[in-house]
Amino acid sequence: MAESKPKPKIKKESVPILKQKPEDRRRNFNEVALGYTEEQTLEEASRCLQCPKPQCIQGCPVEIEIPAFIKLLREGQYEEAIAKIKEKNSLPAICGRVCPQEEQCQKFCVVGKVGEPISIGRLERFLADWERDRGFAMPKKPPATGKSVAVIGAGPAGLTVAADLAKLGHKVVIFEALHLPGGVLVYGIPEFRLPKKIVQAEVDYIQKLGAELKLGYLIGRTYTIPELLKERGFDAAFIGTGAGLPAFMNVPGENLGGIYSASEFLIRVNLMKSYAFPEYDTPIRIGKHVVVIGGGNVAMDSARSALRLGAEEVCIVYRRSREELPARREEVENAEEEGIICKFLATPTRFIGDEKGWVRQMECICMELGAPDDSGRRRPVPVKGSEFIMDTDTAVVAIGRSPNPIIQRTTGGLEVTRRGTIVAEENGKTSLEGVYAGGDIVTGEATVISAMGAGKKAAKAIHEYLTKKPFA
Amino acid sequence: MYEVLKNMELAPKIRLFEVYAPEMAEKAKPGQFVIVIIDEKGERIPLTLAGYDAENGTITFVFNEVGKTTKQLGILREGDSIWNITGPLGNPSEIRNFGRVLCVAGGVMIAPMLLQVKALREAGNTIVTAIGARIEELLFFEEEVKALSHEFYVATDDGSKSYKGLDFLRQILAKKKFDRCVSMGPVVMMKNVSEITKPFGIPTVVTLTPIMVDGMGMCGVCRVTVGGKMMFGCVDGPEFDGHQVDFDGLIKRQRMFLPEERLSALLWELQGGCECGRKQA
Ligand SMILES: Cc1cc2nc3c(=O)[nH]c(=O)nc-3n(C[C@H](O)[C@H](O)[C@H](O)COP(=O)(O)OP(=O)(O)OC[C@H]3O[C@@H](n4cnc5c(N)ncnc54)[C@H](O)[C@@H]3O)c2cc1C
Ligand SMILES: Cc1cc2nc3c(=O)[nH]c(=O)nc-3n(C[C@H](O)[C@H](O)[C@H](O)COP(=O)(O)OP(=O)(O)OC[C@H]3O[C@@H](n4cnc5c(N)ncnc54)[C@H](O)[C@@H]3O)c2cc1C
Ligand code: SF4
Ligand code: FES
Repeated sequence: MAESKPKPKIKKESVPILKQKPEDRRRNFNEVALGYTEEQTLEEASRCLQCPKPQCIQGCPVEIEIPAFIKLLREGQYEEAIAKIKEKNSLPAICGRVCPQEEQCQKFCVVGKVGEPISIGRLERFLADWERDRGFAMPKKPPATGKSVAVIGAGPAGLTVAADLAKLGHKVVIFEALHLPGGVLVYGIPEFRLPKKIVQAEVDYIQKLGAELKLGYLIGRTYTIPELLKERGFDAAFIGTGAGLPAFMNVPGENLGGIYSASEFLIRVNLMKSYAFPEYDTPIRIGKHVVVIGGGNVAMDSARSALRLGAEEVCIVYRRSREELPARREEVENAEEEGIICKFLATPTRFIGDEKGWVRQMECICMELGAPDDSGRRRPVPVKGSEFIMDTDTAVVAIGRSPNPIIQRTTGGLEVTRRGTIVAEENGKTSLEGVYAGGDIVTGEATVISAMGAGKKAAKAIHEYLTKKPFA
Repeated sequence: MYEVLKNMELAPKIRLFEVYAPEMAEKAKPGQFVIVIIDEKGERIPLTLAGYDAENGTITFVFNEVGKTTKQLGILREGDSIWNITGPLGNPSEIRNFGRVLCVAGGVMIAPMLLQVKALREAGNTIVTAIGARIEELLFFEEEVKALSHEFYVATDDGSKSYKGLDFLRQILAKKKFDRCVSMGPVVMMKNVSEITKPFGIPTVVTLTPIMVDGMGMCGVCRVTVGGKMMFGCVDGPEFDGHQVDFDGLIKRQRMFLPEERLSALLWELQGGCECGRKQA
């Protein structure tokens, strides 16, 4: 059939990526995936068919011109190749590592129909790392426009807005509530998936572009949005405050010691570096039997961190089945290789503690899948009388996070949904003049790339707004 | 970086800090707190504001040297810097003319209570204060609080000064009608105060001090049960209705990291309680 035509031969297998061996990495916080060498990169890039009508692009939330950058890469024009990516994505070193490519570009790649799709993310990562290693080229400073923008939150959305607007000559001040910039990239995603020095390099670059970074400023408390605009003289504001409010299960015993929200657990480990306690002051206590409740990336990250902190046994308890696991498949595989156990179709009903108020056991009930719910996935329903007990001395609750509420509570006239997200148009415009928003605070929990994309659109809209706005 | 302008001992192991932080000084209100990180390896610890001066750009807090971080803070000299301070955080206290207000403060929290008393007095309230400490030597700000109060009482746990314990509050409450009670101090004290005011039906506001990390609603470590519901101390509080708080649950959660805290303090002492052995910030 089609195979017999003298078409270019398709290499069905992608070049495997080097990883730290499971038995080594399960006890250290170093990066797991080591990345392609130059040779491997070129070999992988050679698999791309350079389709005239590329399918991959539609899978990319920011529509990177994938075949074009791969072509430049193959020709050895690395500088031009990374520039091509950066037309659309300002955080390639980060996205190359944490994007769910298997759900995005790579899912649509035609090679994927006959074999493994092109490892687009790994190519992106190689180019981004290559660029960082030789030092970012600084764009020429444009003349100052005299307009200023307050960016609230230093996560992927805020950092993108800040970079784009600074490049256009606007004065940008980033207000970040925590003592380090990066949002989830520093406080949530662990070092072994995304080394913090990569995030820091991006932030350094944005500061070199001229953006000012103010750490320890909780907007809504230190200043409100109206104060920033009216009293502090900012011409516009961007809200990129993310979805960090942890959800709990509301089952008895949830306030016992040893039960962490995933946010607390990961903030302690990543932001506060508790894994290096007592060199760092913030403690964390990991028991022998750790359970993590949930099935997303956050659950995987928590489980893998617990293992690295010395837990004997780590078990993920998820109320649906393997097929419904929302985490990236690659991360589930990584977790299982490291020895993490997944217990499907179960959910906690209560925690049982000792006299000191520390958790000792968790009671669960088995679930079965019923009719599909709103999300289209089959709804888990408890099986009567199927309760069982698990030894548990540390539990991490990773069942979702909702929007950070402080700005919504303190900004009159800002339209908010019932879920607590900020209402914004496609370009980030909110119900208040000069106020834009994007990222998880608008969409609810999503991805780095979508937050980055929202930032790009908002920066464009803010620039247009500022250009039209007369000088006060 | 925030410069320490004043480090003053108020009583044994109790210190008052004045720090240059003009933006916070301008925005702060009674009842709010800040989160202090001493250096890049430090813990985030919450401390209640005991004063602020927008004109001079300063904020004031008073703390007890109880563990590693507070001891390390204690040895900072005037002119030294604190790596990061976030604030003001938490909801400001409700300040208006309630009528007659009973203010009960214990230990280090006498300092923020002074701020509270000042504001309540300015709002036109009749102020009855009771301050207390474990022993007489640990009392401070007596004169300052007294000067702003219409009636003033002192108590110690051992009875070394005036009243012993809190029972005398019942007699005060029995004599006159009170419209509100504000209490700040050790959790056990606030629990007792709430139990005493409850039969009198006096609305009682307590300032809770659960363990915190971010202080902005993102981690949930500060969760407390109030009226059967889960609340976050940092963003829903720090002030709550004392008659609704599950104090025993709070006390247990405060002790969660006791072994680690002891280890941290011990290592600090072994290193001579100074910056040696730790990379200079
Ligand atoms: C553990 C974990 C793992 C994840 N893994 C992946 C992954 O592998 N791939 C992927 O694509 N996505 C992943 N995600 C999701 C992704 O990180 C988020 O969708 C993305 O970070 C959202 O970006 P953002 O800029 O909207 O918000 P955030 O990254 O949440 O940043 C918001 C920032 O705003 C600050 N802030 C909040 N309120 C205020 C205020 N009032 N004033 C000042 N500052 C404020 C916060 O401190 C924070 O720094 C993960 C998320 C978590 C928690
Ligand atoms: C809203 C709030 C306001 C506070 N205001 C004051 C104040 O004005 N003056 C004052 O002296 N103290 C105050 N505290 C308590 C103060 O934060 C702790 O004493 C301090 O964190 C102890 O740190 P450490 O390392 O010296 O001692 P550690 O040995 O680490 O701890 C001693 C005890 O302090 C508590 N604690 C420890 N870490 C934290 C933390 N991250 N957050 C909260 N509590 C913790 C625990 O109960 C612990 O058992 C306040 C706490 C809160 C939550
Ligand atoms: S779909 Fe796959 S093969 Fe085609 S251009 Fe995109 S990456 Fe290359
Ligand atoms: S301190 Fe983290 S939510 Fe309150």
